[in-house]
Amino acid sequence: MEILILLLALFVLALFLGVELITKVPPTLHTPLMSGTNAVSGITLVGALLAAGTDSSPALVNWLGFTAVTLATINVVGGYLVTNRMLAMFKRK
Amino acid sequence: MNPDLINFIYLLSAILFILGIKGLTKPKTAVRGNMLSALGMLVAVVVTLITINDVDFTYVIAGMIVGGVIGGVMALKVQMTSMPQMVALLNGFGGGASLTIALAEYATRVGMAPSSLAGFLEPVAVSSGAFGDGLVGTIAILSIGLTVLIGAVTLTGSLVAFGKLQELIKKSRGLPGGPVGNGLLLAGALVSVYLLVNNPGDVAVMVAILAIALLLGLFLVMPIGGADMPVVIALLNSYSGIAAALAGFILGNTVLIVAGSLVGTSGLILTKIMCVAMNRSLANVLFGKMAAGGEEIDADEIYAGKVTSAQPDEVAMMLETAQRVVIVPGFGMAMAQAQHAVRELADAMEKNGTEVEYGIHPVAGRMPGHMNVLLAEAEVPYDKLVEMDRINPTFEDTDVVIVIGANDVTNPMARDSEGSPIYGMPILNVDKAKNVVVIKRSLSPGFAGLPNPLFAMDHTIMVYGDGKKAVVEMTTALNQA
Repeated sequence: MEILILLLALFVLALFLGVELITKVPPTLHTPLMSGTNAVSGITLVGALLAAGTDSSPALVNWLGFTAVTLATINVVGGYLVTNRMLAMFKRK
Repeated sequence: MNPDLINFIYLLSAILFILGIKGLTKPKTAVRGNMLSALGMLVAVVVTLITINDVDFTYVIAGMIVGGVIGGVMALKVQMTSMPQMVALLNGFGGGASLTIALAEYATRVGMAPSSLAGFLEPVAVSSGAFGDGLVGTIAILSIGLTVLIGAVTLTGSLVAFGKLQELIKKSRGLPGGPVGNGLLLAGALVSVYLLVNNPGDVAVMVAILAIALLLGLFLVMPIGGADMPVVIALLNSYSGIAAALAGFILGNTVLIVAGSLVGTSGLILTKIMCVAMNRSLANVLFGKMAAGGEEIDADEIYAGKVTSAQPDEVAMMLETAQRVVIVPGFGMAMAQAQHAVRELADAMEKNGTEVEYGIHPVAGRMPGHMNVLLAEAEVPYDKLVEMDRINPTFEDTDVVIVIGANDVTNPMARDSEGSPIYGMPILNVDKAKNVVVIKRSLSPGFAGLPNPLFAMDHTIMVYGDGKKAVVEMTTALNQA
């Protein structure tokens, strides 16, 4: 129960922090912001690893875990690489 | 590994994500910010891999290799004009990942090992402690249900958005009954979640949530198209974050909650910015028709006999003497792949002593910041890309505005004509400039389906034809002059 409240507090505080941070991102960088946050949402890879790694589980769970790991890894690798590629183009004269 | 130590390291990666997004607030620090964020991800993944050391790694490694190759190829091959499609896909995969995690977690906790398809739908007797005792158990199964719901909506919704942007799906048909149909689907999904919470072992209910949510995503995005896509993409971006945060609640994982919330708010704020830039509510974008309620306007009446057109070399003569020129790009520039040609024209003008800037409307293109990325690709320095509020006061001192592939965002009816469906939408006041050059294929209306009185104004010149070709011809003529 106490853990639940802690997690909830973390969630709410992170939402407020998100608002403060994101409103400061200039419109020029909105596309890299989206692909960059796509990469961050690939943090589900952590959850996916825990799910796929569950030992002695039925095959269904293994396959779901495999799918989750694949999708999350696409987000992590694809998201960071494409964001980096875009940001490298933003130059001042 | 000690769970406290693991959580401490997760905290470190959460800090790195936050610093990463903070870096994105300035173009100068953005690359470093992205690297910090990637470092945070690496730390979190490595720690997780170490903690699950005594399990079967086959599926884990296979998934990481397959995903890594697909993600890498996508990121390196995608063209900048196709970024909206790429982000739509990544949104969908993010939702799909959360969805499958929730399903896997559900199957593990109820100990499902179906022997046949029919057996699959049989309710499973769940031991009372499977999801935790009392409120903890309720929250766990509630999180699972909601993650499945939001993850599935994000998955199919994003795939439809991708199909539309890639022009694989051209029809814009929704569910019969439109918003009512979608509302019924949503209500059905929420009732199913409620039933699942009351009886976690009922696998058929879980399957129902999944099926309804997949359909809901499909029908929610199907009727939306064209210039409304930036809102949809931003919203789905937000959903993928919310799904990740909910998955964090299922697993009790702090870094998932923090990272998911950051992504969720980011998407929501972008959604709001896009809606404000169109002067429409989110509900109106999702369920409404843009032109509904507006009086019919006869395009011929506005255009007849008043439209002047010219050839690119005539425009070049005008540009030659201009002191200040503003270029206003729209989705048409992306379609024509004209961003490099536009930059070359700007170079030619600057060599001539003309001051050149770009006026960027927030919803120009198919996703937030689309135009900025295209022009950055063409090596336009980012300090030349000026947002709407800052460029608007300068139009009166501008000799020539070149509008390329933009339409509705320059329509003066949004400012002047109270009965118009787009009335109140903030626009780029290009008509205040001394001369306006519009490069366009024809006088056909933009996404709003409205004629644009700008085209018929005395100081406006239309240049008909392919955007890229017209700009190249202007550059050639200007260089020869």
